[in-house]
Amino acid sequence: MIEIRDLTKRYGSFTALDHLNLSLEEGIVFGFVGANGAGKSTTFSILATLLSPTSGDALINGKSVIKEPKEVRKQIGYMPDFFGVYDQLKVDEYLDFYGASYGIGATERKVLIPQLLELVNLTNKRFDYVDLLSRGMKQRLCLARALIHDPKVLILDEPASGLDPRARVEMRDILRNLKSMGKTILISSHILPELAEMCDEIGVIDNGKLIAHGNVATIQAQLQGEKRIVIKVAERLSEVRAFLEEDPLISSIDVMDNRLEIAFNYRGTDAQQVTLLKTAILADLPIYALSEEEKDLEDVFMAITKGADNQ
Amino acid sequence: MMERFYNPVLVKELKLRFRSFKSFSGLMFYLAVICIFIAGFLLLTTEFTGKGFFRPEISFMMFAVLTILQMALVLFITPSLTAGAISSEREKQTLNILLTTTQSSTQIVIGKLFSSVAFLVLMLIAGLPLYSLVFLFGGVSPSQLVAIFLFYLVTVIAIGSIGVMFSTITKKTIVAMIATYGSIIFLGGITAFFFFLTMAFHQMGNAIGTSVSYMTYFWASINPGALMLTLISSDMGDALAELSGVDFPVWITYLLVYIVIIVLSLTVAIKKLRANMKSNR
Repeated sequence: MIEIRDLTKRYGSFTALDHLNLSLEEGIVFGFVGANGAGKSTTFSILATLLSPTSGDALINGKSVIKEPKEVRKQIGYMPDFFGVYDQLKVDEYLDFYGASYGIGATERKVLIPQLLELVNLTNKRFDYVDLLSRGMKQRLCLARALIHDPKVLILDEPASGLDPRARVEMRDILRNLKSMGKTILISSHILPELAEMCDEIGVIDNGKLIAHGNVATIQAQLQGEKRIVIKVAERLSEVRAFLEEDPLISSIDVMDNRLEIAFNYRGTDAQQVTLLKTAILADLPIYALSEEEKDLEDVFMAITKGADNQ
Repeated sequence: MMERFYNPVLVKELKLRFRSFKSFSGLMFYLAVICIFIAGFLLLTTEFTGKGFFRPEISFMMFAVLTILQMALVLFITPSLTAGAISSEREKQTLNILLTTTQSSTQIVIGKLFSSVAFLVLMLIAGLPLYSLVFLFGGVSPSQLVAIFLFYLVTVIAIGSIGVMFSTITKKTIVAMIATYGSIIFLGGITAFFFFLTMAFHQMGNAIGTSVSYMTYFWASINPGALMLTLISSDMGDALAELSGVDFPVWITYLLVYIVIIVLSLTVAIKKLRANMKSNR
């Protein structure tokens, strides 16, 4: 669906994008992660046909953003990180204007607008002036606008930035809904744990280079190397601790007396972990629960970008 | 068929324009200036008695001054309507969204220009009843009035195109506005200065009517004020022909030059609208 080939963008001596390659399947939600200035917005601007790359190309549904920008515009709905609205235009007029801008007929627009407002929960704001809406509502309206020509691909640059938690949850629900409608969604965000929840794949960009790409679990596994395991013990904490200390694959053992929990880092494979657990049970240790501590994307992100800096 | 000529930007701009208080205050200012001028003129010529008669020559004079005044007002107002066309969208961060729609650059630029021109036409029409007061007293033919209004339109479109062009190539509205006013000062003032300069040079060496000075003719013929004078009175055209030795109707030269200005400005604006894209489609 989306094919980015050797995409490079230079501003004078500064390289914003450095030979970026990325291929995305239809219908997935792709999370684009990176620090400010890493090249996320530049990539999205190129995909949205607002910016020409210095070299390389990007294809959306087989159409080149350089050679057939008008065809690409039909395929994409773009929501920039910062955007304004026209004062003195009402919500339905706002959507009507953009509908007309995509060449949608007047009768079709009349049917479409209430449906879109319903989708983004703005039905009761239909006749309000756009500039009087809250930020969260403006974001949702902008999303409705991006959907008006029924694009296959949605490019959302930081759609959750500056939103309060409730507005963020609403935005996430809408995006989930859009995913179920089969849209391919590209989303960039600083709110990383949220991306982990809804993205099929994430890509991490740093200094214009894609330094990791895959599904969330793969990336986590790839980066973590060792996992943090927490076990709950019914009694005899010190005995369990002694058992764990004997295993060379285990390090950083933390005993939480008050909660009867032990946490430790484990370097072994899943098969080795099975053996460890079996040995413990056979040794009659009173372990009643074992869980893997989830590292969220924030940690992953910090680890990756730090790693890239050190290189 | 209607859909084919439907320009979303034009419709949106008109809607926004007529909703803003600025438009109505602008219109009011425009009509007030004309009202004050006409009232003042009538009072002066009747010596504040409100009675007496009004000779056709004086009526004609009022018409002439009113025509020039209206031209000056139109030149003064046009930049404020067009110089923000694209740059204000950029400042309000709405331009990027507009550029990702499937509208062509031409459609966007033309929509912006025509919405401003439409408002100026409305202004001219709103001033028409005041303007036609001169018909009460005679001395002016309707065909003259029609010609003058057509040339107002040409001038408005040309200045509007210049405004839209500067609005596209500069980042800030204020810069575009200054550049557009600069162009007006050139067309209205500097050309007059050059006219007098070339005329003086020309006269230094030659007796009037013996040689041809294309420059003198050219500077006069692209000046909106000079054009209006030749439209008001054919004597003015004859005087210029005698002075410069070029006997070619000023209005044709004016029309040609201004059409070139319109085409050039709009081409630049359309090319530069998607400046960050190499191809302009």
